[in-house]
Amino acid sequence: MRTIFDYQKSSGTGGILPKLDVPKCGTTDLLPRELIRRSEPRIPNLSEPEVVRHYTALSKLNYGVDDGFYPLGSCTMKYNPKVNEDVAGLPGFSSVHPATDPELAQGSLSVVYEMSRLLAGIAGMADVTLQPAAGAHGEVTGMFLIKRYFEARGETQRTRILLPDSAHGTNPASAATAGFSVTEIRSGADGLVDLNALSGELDDTVAGMMLTVPNTLGIFEENIVKITAMVHAAGGLCYFDGANLNAFLGHARPGDMGADVFHFNLHKTMSSPHGGGGPGSGPVAVSEVLVPFLPVPRVKLDGEHYVLDWEEPQSIGSMQSFYGNFGVFLKAYAYILTLGDEGLHEAGENAVLNANYLQERLKKTYKLPYDRLCKHEFVLTGKGVAEGISTLDIAKRLIDYGFHPPTIYFPLIVHEALMIEPTETESKETLDRFTEALEKIASEAREDPQLLHDAPHTAPTRRLDQTRAARYPIMTYPFGE
Amino acid sequence: MRYIPNTDPDRKAMLDAIGRSSMEELFSDIPQVVKDRFQPLGLLPKSEMEVRTELGSLAQKNDAAEATSFLGGGIYDHYIPSVVQHITARSEFYTAYTPYQPEIAQGTLTAMFEFQTLLCELTGMEIANSSMYDGATALAEAAMMAARVSGKKKIAVSHALFAHYRRVLNTYCWASGIEILEIPTIDGRCDLSGVPSGVGGVIVQSPNAFGVIEDLTGVKESIGDALLIVAVNPVSLAILTPPGELEADIVTGEGQPFGLSASFGGPLLGLFATRKAYLRQMPGRLVGQTVDAAGAIGYTMVAQTREQHIRRQKATSNICTNAQLCALTATVYMASLGGDGLRELAMLNLEKAHYLEQQLSKLPGCSLAYGAPFFNEFVLRVPVDPQQVRDSLREEGILTDDPAHLEVLGVTGALRFAVTERRSKEELDRTVDLVGGML
Amino acid sequence: MGYPANYRYTKEHEWIELDGNRAKVGITDHAQSELGDVVFVELPAVGTAFNRGDTLGTVESVKAVSDVFAPIAGKIVEVNSELESSPETINSDPHGAGWLVVIEISDPSESNSLLDVAAYEKLIAEE
Repeated sequence: MRTIFDYQKSSGTGGILPKLDVPKCGTTDLLPRELIRRSEPRIPNLSEPEVVRHYTALSKLNYGVDDGFYPLGSCTMKYNPKVNEDVAGLPGFSSVHPATDPELAQGSLSVVYEMSRLLAGIAGMADVTLQPAAGAHGEVTGMFLIKRYFEARGETQRTRILLPDSAHGTNPASAATAGFSVTEIRSGADGLVDLNALSGELDDTVAGMMLTVPNTLGIFEENIVKITAMVHAAGGLCYFDGANLNAFLGHARPGDMGADVFHFNLHKTMSSPHGGGGPGSGPVAVSEVLVPFLPVPRVKLDGEHYVLDWEEPQSIGSMQSFYGNFGVFLKAYAYILTLGDEGLHEAGENAVLNANYLQERLKKTYKLPYDRLCKHEFVLTGKGVAEGISTLDIAKRLIDYGFHPPTIYFPLIVHEALMIEPTETESKETLDRFTEALEKIASEAREDPQLLHDAPHTAPTRRLDQTRAARYPIMTYPFGE
Repeated sequence: MRYIPNTDPDRKAMLDAIGRSSMEELFSDIPQVVKDRFQPLGLLPKSEMEVRTELGSLAQKNDAAEATSFLGGGIYDHYIPSVVQHITARSEFYTAYTPYQPEIAQGTLTAMFEFQTLLCELTGMEIANSSMYDGATALAEAAMMAARVSGKKKIAVSHALFAHYRRVLNTYCWASGIEILEIPTIDGRCDLSGVPSGVGGVIVQSPNAFGVIEDLTGVKESIGDALLIVAVNPVSLAILTPPGELEADIVTGEGQPFGLSASFGGPLLGLFATRKAYLRQMPGRLVGQTVDAAGAIGYTMVAQTREQHIRRQKATSNICTNAQLCALTATVYMASLGGDGLRELAMLNLEKAHYLEQQLSKLPGCSLAYGAPFFNEFVLRVPVDPQQVRDSLREEGILTDDPAHLEVLGVTGALRFAVTERRSKEELDRTVDLVGGML
Repeated sequence: MGYPANYRYTKEHEWIELDGNRAKVGITDHAQSELGDVVFVELPAVGTAFNRGDTLGTVESVKAVSDVFAPIAGKIVEVNSELESSPETINSDPHGAGWLVVIEISDPSESNSLLDVAAYEKLIAEE
């Protein structure tokens, strides 16, 4: 791939910025010599058409939801509605500086306030902070809240967080960031939390349990009410990872299951685009007991005016520079307004129907380790399709059929996992085509395994040498080498 | 619903295929007691036109949109070239996920590699990650990394740090058990002569919360083994000595000035650069160059073994989704301006800020608060209540920072002004006239 | 690849070559093949002391990181610095040139609980 540093020329970029209209002084008059940069940064000077063609060419090497089916498990790659993009781009929203006097930013503050209320309603919980910038940021916010809660109660011996062995990697990492130690609870043969194993770990050193509902196998924790009651009885709090909210959107609420903290991934469930890895938005909903600890500032309604409230003595402080990823949750706000109750219900329903249909069709060709009703996603194994064929081979071959591969090698409790989440924005016809492709790949695996080992064949690049990249890291453009 | 392509006959056929008689049956695994408690929002669906109208009128309630802004403090009112929006609006970029399948994500990966390189060129550092959430969390991650690398759970922090950086830093350090010691300032500059020993890291911001450019020459020698962490405004680095040349160990910053709209403070772009020796200690996503099976150059994520999906509780950070599209925005912005344009940008900011300062300082009783050099932001002492000056300017459609932000730092009777290339001489002169009229 | 009969082994797939009060430590062929291409090795400084079971370093491949545990208590007296520039040696010669560290043993009786080659081969056959 060509980078901008490969253009061996200087076309001149002038004319974007205005000419200086105040009397000129010059760097050396305004700054002492020792502060002035002596070497120029090696940044090329390209003309506008060159820049546009370079990045347009790069965009064509990408595959997005707008290009086709993107069944990444745990990522909810649903369609990103266009009107949301337009709304977030309105200058009235996009140009407002975060330090603007609240009186002059009533429109934006009303979005913050109303969005918090809507999300609290969807979660069935007491209150919401919109500060977290992504799901993992929401997790760490939740962990900080739990830590502060036990500090306030003088129960600082509660230093352990329990989580199932099927948990997302961010869960243990977030718990560790808050200084907690992590204890894994084994899943039972049915893929659900083993209640005996759980009760064996519950004592007064447990601060809480992190759960993903439905779990990462796409299975709903049928004992969820019992589990949260057990954790509460032991004095702990329950954290729900909301990555899988699409599975019960408009049907059930985490607050009603006993959650004390629940984080949303608006860039999953609420349709804001993923951006190639962010920006996301990871609002956190909390139960009544955690409200005093929420990050500041809080946006409140005082009569008819929205105000910023900094006076929360028990707050954990701030998690992000300002009020969260406004431009992202604004898109999600537009989405929720568009769908209404009816649309949210329908989205959840169709997401689950699509997943169950696809599971039913694919389990005839690929092993389904946990064969039961799934929610929004399910996990197959690539093991046993053909000798010497790995899940990676299957995934790469899918690219040749025009599909984005599913999440692979996760969850860790399934060997050679293929984690598939179709979402509600795909048609039966797409799911059928995807099934046919995977069936064909299974027979190719037996008849011509090399075809899979060498895949992809039609992508912009062939398989990349990850080992070389890791052994001899080249992290910046090798100028002149 | 227009985002769902399946029809009723499709749904019927699918239910038949899985042997279920109704949609409700698909939710039979959710306990009845939970379903019984469910309450809807009481929200009717809206048409696209209604949503646009409703949000359009909310946007119009933001009276700040049309104002002349001198607001800064990390977020600045810079001009965004048209090219930027046109490129980042390409849905191949914005509807893609994190590039875990590099063969069909070379667009994102190549741009990330360019971003890392651009950041290293500006900061003088060896490696950079491909983004963090924002400048505040990037700084907090730097503090945690310094504690990890040094094995010391204590850091020294400049007093002249943006209040929002300090708030986030306080939260993260409290949670991860890192003690914060404060470095005082003298005449607006950090007094680095008295950095306490035994700290794992020293955090300095330049230009700092007073707009003042810190002199970091020789600082690294004076702080012993501690890691030197410098928070920067990246625009200033087109003309200022890069922290890498001053032996900084970690450089963080807020990338919003590079083509991102203020958007009420988010999404932003956290910058994070460090030494190559710390490759396995740093947080965030990294892209490296490699070759494909045919020998062609390509890009892929590297050192993922530091990250949460592999290392779990031992990961260097829990960060996952970050601010990739914002990093792309910054990349296209820098490519559009080019090296020459970035320098021109920095010069326009420097010159205009100094012009405004010189004119305001001529007013009776007004003076620059600190003698040290500044970049595009400065603190002006005023002989009257600064809150009143701010309120009166606001009446005239001119926005300045809340003096309360300076009061937290112990500075009273003063206002902070940030000046970018977008402020015309006419606007600057009018502001001076208005302030003059209040004295 | 055969497992040297004169080595001792651990359940964590390390091998130990005992030589008086010194123990040379590496990871087994089984361990390297499970990890895949090794890309980076992190080893302790000479002089560091470890209790048995402490993490003394890590071996990293593209997709995984594996902790190396001290199979026996003692002090590090030598590390294989060649691995810094050629970590792939662990894949090509795990029981020889791919050694990691040499430990000066503090409690020789601990070596009694290490596995012999037959026990280790049985262990990996069961996995």
